[in-house]
Formats: sequence, structure tokens, C-alpha cells
Amino acid sequence: MTTTSSLYDQLTTGFLDRKAEQQPDWVKNLRQKAFQQFEADGFPTIKNEDWRFTNTAPYLKEAYHLQPVHIPLHEHRNYGHIPELDAHEIVLKNGLLNEDVNIPGLKVLPVRTALQQPALEKYLGATVPLHNNGFAALNTALFETGIVIEAEKNAVVDKPVHITHVYNAAEPLFAQPRLLVIMQPGSKLEIVESYFVKGSERLFINTVVELYVAPNARLDHYDLQIAPSNAHLINFTQVEQDGDSLYNNHTYTLPGFSLVRNNLHLNLNGTNTESHLYGLYLTGGNQLVDNHSLVNHRKPHCLSNELYKGVMMDASRAVFNGKIFVQQEAQKTNAFQQNNNMLLSDKAVIDTKPQLEIFADDVKCSHGSTIGSFNQEALFYLKTRGIGEVAARNLLVNAFAFDVTEKAAIPAVKNYIDKLITQKMAEAYD
Amino acid sequence: MLQIKDLQAKVEDKQILKGINLQVNPGEVHAIMGPNGSGKSSLASVLAGREYFDVNGGEVLFDGKNLLELSPEDRAREGIFLAFQYPVEIPGVSNINFLRTALNEIRAYRNEPALEAKEFLKMTREKQKLVEFEAKLTNRSLNEGFSGGEKKRNEVFQLAMLEPKLAILDETDSGLDIDALRIVSNGVNKLRSDKNAFIVITHYQRLLEYIVPDFVHVLYDGRIVKSGTKELALELEERGYDWIKEPVSTETVN
Repeated sequence: MTTTSSLYDQLTTGFLDRKAEQQPDWVKNLRQKAFQQFEADGFPTIKNEDWRFTNTAPYLKEAYHLQPVHIPLHEHRNYGHIPELDAHEIVLKNGLLNEDVNIPGLKVLPVRTALQQPALEKYLGATVPLHNNGFAALNTALFETGIVIEAEKNAVVDKPVHITHVYNAAEPLFAQPRLLVIMQPGSKLEIVESYFVKGSERLFINTVVELYVAPNARLDHYDLQIAPSNAHLINFTQVEQDGDSLYNNHTYTLPGFSLVRNNLHLNLNGTNTESHLYGLYLTGGNQLVDNHSLVNHRKPHCLSNELYKGVMMDASRAVFNGKIFVQQEAQKTNAFQQNNNMLLSDKAVIDTKPQLEIFADDVKCSHGSTIGSFNQEALFYLKTRGIGEVAARNLLVNAFAFDVTEKAAIPAVKNYIDKLITQKMAEAYD
Repeated sequence: MLQIKDLQAKVEDKQILKGINLQVNPGEVHAIMGPNGSGKSSLASVLAGREYFDVNGGEVLFDGKNLLELSPEDRAREGIFLAFQYPVEIPGVSNINFLRTALNEIRAYRNEPALEAKEFLKMTREKQKLVEFEAKLTNRSLNEGFSGGEKKRNEVFQLAMLEPKLAILDETDSGLDIDALRIVSNGVNKLRSDKNAFIVITHYQRLLEYIVPDFVHVLYDGRIVKSGTKELALELEERGYDWIKEPVSTETVN
């Protein structure tokens, strides 16, 4: 045990209380193993290399409710509405799915119901590393909420599935949802996740997302991380890709969430896979946004491409750490990684660390990172055309972010993000 | 329209403009010539409001307003336009979005309503045609990957769209081949009227064969040392700048 806090005690008690519950053996064993690992490692501290810039301790000192205080949320069906987005809507209230979902080609179940299916053992928790991964271990030991989505073989889902995570922070809440998506061979799906937080008490979301992309399947995954500053988010996403599959991740983090830590891990387990990771973080206030990614090339002839762009305002901080492993077997790998940053204030900070480890000898890999500020000549040029300071900065930030935002294949998502960038920039200069 | 009185400006400790006097009236085209380093482009930058320069003397009135007190964007909104010698490439900002933003910011300053999408498109088409600017360039990122000639033509296209009272062309002819020079000059000539004015900064007389000036001024060592009509440009072409330099040097020594 390395951490002592009232939250820690609560979690331990919570786990012991729940041990008596009826659960399939494999689930019990998984939870037991995960909890033991959590007890051994505790919450990560800044002494851990992967967490040296992100100190979560201040957020974990106080007590939280582990079970949501039930306050009806049903009066608003339009929580987290994205204008013009034509999608199948799934609303998770405090992590719970309260209604049946009927989407052709998909099976959608609350995670607790899905756990009763023996077939789930192959997927749930099967590849999420528990060692030295305190938050994910804790989630695995204790998750109660969230959903499992299975795309049937060769199913092509007609519209994006929009999952809105609605939380009620009327009381301090420590939430641990789980999302598992199983893409059967040849299936195709777009998922858009977004957040809506009600209430102004502390909300700590510790989420684990597991994505299995079978041969010839395609998953386009959008994560819109926008919430008020009383919310904190720790996200661990594990992606397992089989041969000939495609996975695209678009993660957008805008001012709000006071703490965001994304861990995005991809295992490329078959040949001829393709993966694109596009990230945009526009940070403001005292926000800390930390993106850690790991792309593990295990097989030959795979392509991974990562582009993360950051704009830091006010006294905000951001961290980028991208690792690419190219294993010995993974010949003919194409792996690219780029991280570009703009610091818009003297107090803003970025720590960026691209990492590449190659054990194969016939590969094409590149990585790089840049840090800059506004191009003064460009600003002056825009001003000489009558464009004022705020509008000029807006144009330049939108332009900087463009390489990432243009990759959004859903126009409503792209427009929504573009508009929010403009809005958040304007708020920062007010 | 524009009155420059004893304008002085420096960069750090170096005095660049040492007392410029110039009066520009509506309908006039003034050419400013001079050898390298004489202060031609600096004058253009000071008029447009580049912060790099520290104005330490004199005044500039534009339609009676103290120009030097205005921000670069307000100068533009009042009707000053600087065509850059080296237009900036801004990837990710579409030419058309940039122009719409500029036009609407200028209109808002003048308490005019924003242009309707339809009006804006109509105007864009008309002006493209007028200055022979290719439509396909309009939808690209601002100047990104444009050739030298395309960039300069884009400056003239912007000039046509924004309809300033006073346009300052800073060595617009540099880096242009003869065809591009003709297109750029034709564009400018079509935009000339008795209500607007141009200051054409150039190194060579060549441009002035296409854009015929009413007045020619020679800038040397931060001052206008000679003014005349278009014939002065021809004389400079023939004799070079050395004969201009003499009297000033003597003056400085004294």
C-alpha cells in the first residue's frame, strides 16, 4: 500500500462489501486479481515515470460517494446534444443505461447484464494491463456501470452511435464506468462519446474502455472531452486490432475538465492493420491535460499514424507522451507520430516526449515534436486586412488545429469542435 | 487624403526615417523609388502600423485622423491597404473565409451590416474576374503553396475586395515575370478611380510603364530627396541612383 486517504479506505471497504455479491467466478477472480494489484501499486504518484507531470494526489485526498446519489435526470433528454448530429443516441446517466437500445446490427447491454454471458470472459479485462496501472486496476475491481456494445459480423451501422455520459455531481462522486466494444469481423461503426455534467461538486471519472476490432472491421471513435472544471477524467483505452482492421481515434479536449489523463494503448495483433490517432487539446484556466499513447506494432505490414496538436492558454499545462514499439516480427511497418504545440501565454506549460523503439530492421518510422507561439508576421498580415486581434488569433488557432479537425469524417462533429474552439478562445480573452 | 509631415522612425537605435514629407490626394498615384536600404519598405510598414518601428517624430493624418494612434486593424478599417512584398502563407485559413472575416470586420467598424452569403459570393466572382484571379485559388489555404506571381495577384484580389481609399504597393513587382506583372498592373489600373489613391513602392522603372504615376519621389537615407513627374523615373533608370546621393551626403557632412 502506497497511498492512504479516506477515498482509499472507502474503496477498500467498497470492495470487501461487494465480494459477497453473486457474480460468475471468472468475474470474481478478475476483480480479486485487479484489487490485489491495486493494493500493491496504489494510485500512481509522480515518482512513476509515466505520471511525473501529472499529480493526481490532490484530487484523491477527500471522500467521494462511490454510488451515485440518485437524482432523476430524465427530464432532459437532450443532454450533451451535438447540433446537426444525426445519430443513434445512447444516454448513460451516472453510467447507467436505463432503457433498451435497438440499433440494427448492434447488441447493446448494460455491463452488469453482459457479465452474465460466459462469452464475455474472452474480452472483458482480458488485455488491460493491471500491473503498475492503478486506475485501470481499480476500475476493473469495482466497475458497476457502463455498457457492452457488440457489432455483429459484417454489420454496417447506418448512423454514428452517440454515447452521452451524463453525470450528476450534486454530491461528490467517484465514478468508474466501463465501455467494451466488440467489433465482429467485417463490421463497421462510428462511436461518438461526449460528456454532460450537472451539479458543481467534485466529480472524478475513472473510466476503462476496451475495444476489439476483428479482421476487416472498422471502428471510428470520437471522444469529445468537454465538461465543467469540477470534473476530472482518467481514461484508459485499450485497443486490440486484428489483421486488415482499421481503427481511427479522434480525441478532443477543450477547456473545462480540470484534469484529464488519457492513456490510449493499441496492440496491432494482425498484419495489414491501419490506425490513425488524432488529438487536439486546447487548454485554459488551470487545466492539466495529459495524453499518453502507446502503439505496439507486433505484426508486419501495419500502418499507424498519430497527430496530436495542442494550444495552451492561461496557466494551463499539457503533457504529450507518445510511444511506438515496433517488435522484431513487425517488418515493413509504417509508423508516424507528430506532436505540435502552441503556447499562447507566458504561464502555460507543455511537456512533450515522443518515443520510438524499433526492434525490426525494415521499417519506415518518424516522430517529432514542436513548440511555438503565434506567428507574429501572420498576425500582422491579418490585421492589415482589418481583422482584429481576437478574430485574427481565432483564425490562426483554428488553422493550427485544422490538420486534426479536418480528419473528423462526421461534419456535425467537425463543425461543433470548430465552433467550440472559437467560443473557448473568445472566453479566454474576455 | 494622406498628409505625412516630418515623419521619423527608428528601429532600436537606428534612425530609419529621418523626416518624410508627402501629401497624397484622391485620384493620385505616387511612386516611391530609391536604392536598397533607403527606407521605402520601412515607410510602408510604418504607415500600416508594424510595431517593430518606433515612431519618434512627425505626424501622419489620414482624412484628418491621426493615423499613428490607430492599431493596424483600425488603419485598415479606415481605408489603408498594404500589399506585402512577401505575402504570408497561412495554412489552414481558407482564402475565402479570410476575406469574409476581413470584409465583415471592416463593415462592422463602419456600422454596416455583414454581407449576405449571396452578395459576398457575387462580389467575389466579379472581383476575381476583374483582376484575373483564378477561382480555384480562392478556395485554397491563404497563399499556401502559391507561386510568387499568384501571391501578388492575391494581394491585388484582396485589394479589389476590400476597396481601400489608399493602397500602398510594396515592391509588388519583385519576383514577377512579365506576364504576371502585366496582370497585376492591369488589376491595379482597373481599380484606380478619382476617389482612391495609390502609393507604389518600387525599385525599378519597369512597373511604372504599366502603372503610370502622377508623381515620382526618390527616397534616400530616410528622406525624400527629389520629387517630380513620371519622367523622373526614366531619368533614374538611365542614370542610376548615384547622382541623387551626392547632395544628401554633403548635407549630412555639414
